[in-house]
Amino acid sequence: MSWTAILVLAAGAYGFKLAGVLVGTRIEHPLLLRSVSLIPPALFCALIVLQTFERDTDLVLDARAVGLVVALVATWRKVPFVGVILLAMAATALARVIA
Amino acid sequence: MTATSTHRRDSVALGAAVGLVAITFGVLASTAGLSLAKAMAMSLLVFTGASQFAAVGVISSGGSPVSAVAGALLLAARNSLYGMRLSERLARHGWKRIPGAHWVIDETTAMSVAQDDDDAATEAFWWTGAALFTFWNLGTAIGVLVGDAIGDPEIYGLDAAFPASFVALLGPHLSTSPGRVAGLIGASIAIVAVPFTPAGAPILLAALAIIPALLMPTAIETTDPAGSPVEGTS
Repeated sequence: MSWTAILVLAAGAYGFKLAGVLVGTRIEHPLLLRSVSLIPPALFCALIVLQTFERDTDLVLDARAVGLVVALVATWRKVPFVGVILLAMAATALARVIA
Repeated sequence: MTATSTHRRDSVALGAAVGLVAITFGVLASTAGLSLAKAMAMSLLVFTGASQFAAVGVISSGGSPVSAVAGALLLAARNSLYGMRLSERLARHGWKRIPGAHWVIDETTAMSVAQDDDDAATEAFWWTGAALFTFWNLGTAIGVLVGDAIGDPEIYGLDAAFPASFVALLGPHLSTSPGRVAGLIGASIAIVAVPFTPAGAPILLAALAIIPALLMPTAIETTDPAGSPVEGTS
């Protein structure tokens, strides 16, 4: 990741925050509110499947899928954030050893 | 114990928990090829967790910097809504709200709106912001150093930590049915797009999933973006 990319992201992220603080509730439109609140589930789910099944712009089924299943179960069982990560890593590493 | 000392204590506890998440970010940034300086620049200057995870995630799976930044900015847009929510309470701090805006994220908003009166709300914002900023950057530095020491990330299943981190972050966003529809369609678009589009494009196309979700009825849904006290990382 280049310095340019990091600085553009930093400027954009601060711009969003500051714009909200300065503009205030004047443009808090319901459609805007709903659109923005729907972006995280859409992108998070896409990131989950991409980072589990994508390899060099192709779809593959490998040990990462085992980690995903474990992460889903762990989250469902209310395991804390770091625990979810460690369990998924361990499951994937173990699946690689067995395979 | 007074209300003030309670939310001060809460903000430090929350900061420490977020510090552990930051260690994960640091390790992943390191395995995605970011130097300590670049990872620190992200945590110091971008300071919004989900966007940082998304950016290094896209980079590590071969996406272009443009798609990494664009995806991360889409996620960062919700901080505008948090800023709107906090604007009236921050307005009385005058010029300090300009640098203070940097700390407008999931956790600071949630901690602030959870307070009963304006004094407690603004103090909770500043305390949570300071605690999170400290622990987030400390954790990132530790994570990068750990990541650099690990070597091949696949041996420890570190590549599985990326999707797992988003699974853990996802929970609160699936509490409404439009949220679940956006998630399901977003994942579907991404999978279908993989063989046909360049790396990084599927994540941006997945943002289109909000359109069918927006068309759903919202009779009893609440769309408060800072509804839960701790919504994963920012």
